[in-house]
Amino acid sequence: MISSLVEDALLRLRSNKAAMWALAIVLGIVTLTVFGPWLNPNGSETLDWSHVASKPTGQNAHWFGTDRLGRDLFVRTLEGARVSLAVGLVASAVSLLVGIAYGAVAGYIGGRTDRVMMRIIEILSGLPLIFFVIFLTVIFGRSVYLLFLSIGAVGWLTMARIVRGQTLSIRQMEFIEAAVSCGAGTSRIIVKHVIPNILGPVIVYATLTVPQIIMFESFLSFLGLGIQEPHASLGTLIAEGAGEMEAAAWILLVPGGLLAALLLSLNIFGDGLRDALDVKGR
Amino acid sequence: MLRYFLTRLAGAVPTLFVIVTITFFLIRAAPGGPFDQEQTLPPEILGNLQSAYGLDQPIWTQYGRYLGALAHGDFGPSFKYKDFSVTELIGQGFPVTLELGTLAMGLALILGIPIGTFAALRQNSAADYVAMSLAVVGIAIPSFVVLPFLGLLFGIYLHWLPVAGWEPGSIRHLILPVAALALPPLSVIARLARASMLEVLRSHYIRTAIAKGLPLHTVILRHALRPALIPVASYLPPAVASIMTGSLVVESIAGLPGIGRYMVQGALNRDYTLVLGMVIIYSTLLILMGLLVDLLYAWLDPRVRLQ
Repeated sequence: MISSLVEDALLRLRSNKAAMWALAIVLGIVTLTVFGPWLNPNGSETLDWSHVASKPTGQNAHWFGTDRLGRDLFVRTLEGARVSLAVGLVASAVSLLVGIAYGAVAGYIGGRTDRVMMRIIEILSGLPLIFFVIFLTVIFGRSVYLLFLSIGAVGWLTMARIVRGQTLSIRQMEFIEAAVSCGAGTSRIIVKHVIPNILGPVIVYATLTVPQIIMFESFLSFLGLGIQEPHASLGTLIAEGAGEMEAAAWILLVPGGLLAALLLSLNIFGDGLRDALDVKGR
Repeated sequence: MLRYFLTRLAGAVPTLFVIVTITFFLIRAAPGGPFDQEQTLPPEILGNLQSAYGLDQPIWTQYGRYLGALAHGDFGPSFKYKDFSVTELIGQGFPVTLELGTLAMGLALILGIPIGTFAALRQNSAADYVAMSLAVVGIAIPSFVVLPFLGLLFGIYLHWLPVAGWEPGSIRHLILPVAALALPPLSVIARLARASMLEVLRSHYIRTAIAKGLPLHTVILRHALRPALIPVASYLPPAVASIMTGSLVVESIAGLPGIGRYMVQGALNRDYTLVLGMVIIYSTLLILMGLLVDLLYAWLDPRVRLQ
């Protein structure tokens, strides 16, 4: 029964050409970020003074040109994308865990607890949370771990809402009643019976959370609040490139294009997955 | 209606108070202070500075004083921009940010709603497909990537528009920043409008309206549009928040003298009063937006009663 549902969804996903292309592009970018830097002889922090801000000509080993310090853009962009992807995955995992726990508890316990917990989410989503993240990063220094935490802390609100909605519909089902009558405790029911049964929509929204969080991290890095020199994420590189745009457009185009391609394909794949699993209906 | 409006407005005061309090103590918890420099100041000078700004007082006294001044509409002096009060700084920059944001929001609504409606009417046509593909692009790609790309294309290669800079009253300088800022909310609005329009078009009263022979545009404008706009209305506060956030980077890329830069710089400089002023301005805007949306609901859906 379950497996046929999953097979159905996979079949629908496979027939969605745009989503499959998007998946291929995402996987391609991920592979490139992992192995790409090894293909090129340059290091990401090596300064090549004989090629400062040189165009991508194909004449030398700087395939995508260099920035104004003579650092190779191919390697630097891929390593930046690696950082962006890592932040995206870890922070999404954080927001996933918080969102699932919060939403499942609110939805399962219900009543006044639910009302209070949902009211808190309502208030939080009304605030421009980016300001709090800016505060947090400014106040507690710019550590990568804090970046993970603070971005994850922002991303969990939608997830919690979705999990709660799913939990509400599952709570009425007979297998939950059976578990209660067997004497299972609330926490056991939530962990063993509720959460495994809402994973479908959760996976869908998790795929859509990753690009949002990558975007958010790049935004912070663009403002100079995220990843710091000499390390770079795509956001830092785009900020650098935007400053050099008039004289050396490729410094902007390489990381900007990669970020655009990555976000676009992640979004298209997430949308395809949502359509395939038909999260809203059924 | 008026009574509802006033009650809600009064209800915003405690919310603002909580936000101000949290921000006040959060920013004070940050290590460092507004007078940190490369060279440490002699203790006498630092002491004088601190007492001049009241920073030598216990924090509760400072908090009380700040609230007292705030109640009189005084945001206090800026710590970093000497000789400027926060009111002056925000007063100078806010019109620019407001113009930018209003234009972007207006553009997003004026283009987003018709695009979504049109796509819904032509569901699964090529036009629908193109519009929704573009919407995915608009949602996926952040404004700090879109704006430099637009600048590169229209400013540097085509020489049609200025890449950056600002002249009072000049619309040309605003076109690219407004476009970059409007694109994400525009895309979301087009998607929302399309989805809800599709749903409304399937309802019985629309079928009735078409069956009794009303022309299609009358059906859409008189009967379908209002209920279809409800999801768009609920999206307005997040849209405003996204435009505010976007304007932080868009202003800095385009070199616009708005208030966006004060947020990050103020926090980095520990310019306590400036940061608080910014938070108050932005929260007030968002709260007002929420209120506006509730009024809109009542207009869009006659079943909603304001109490």
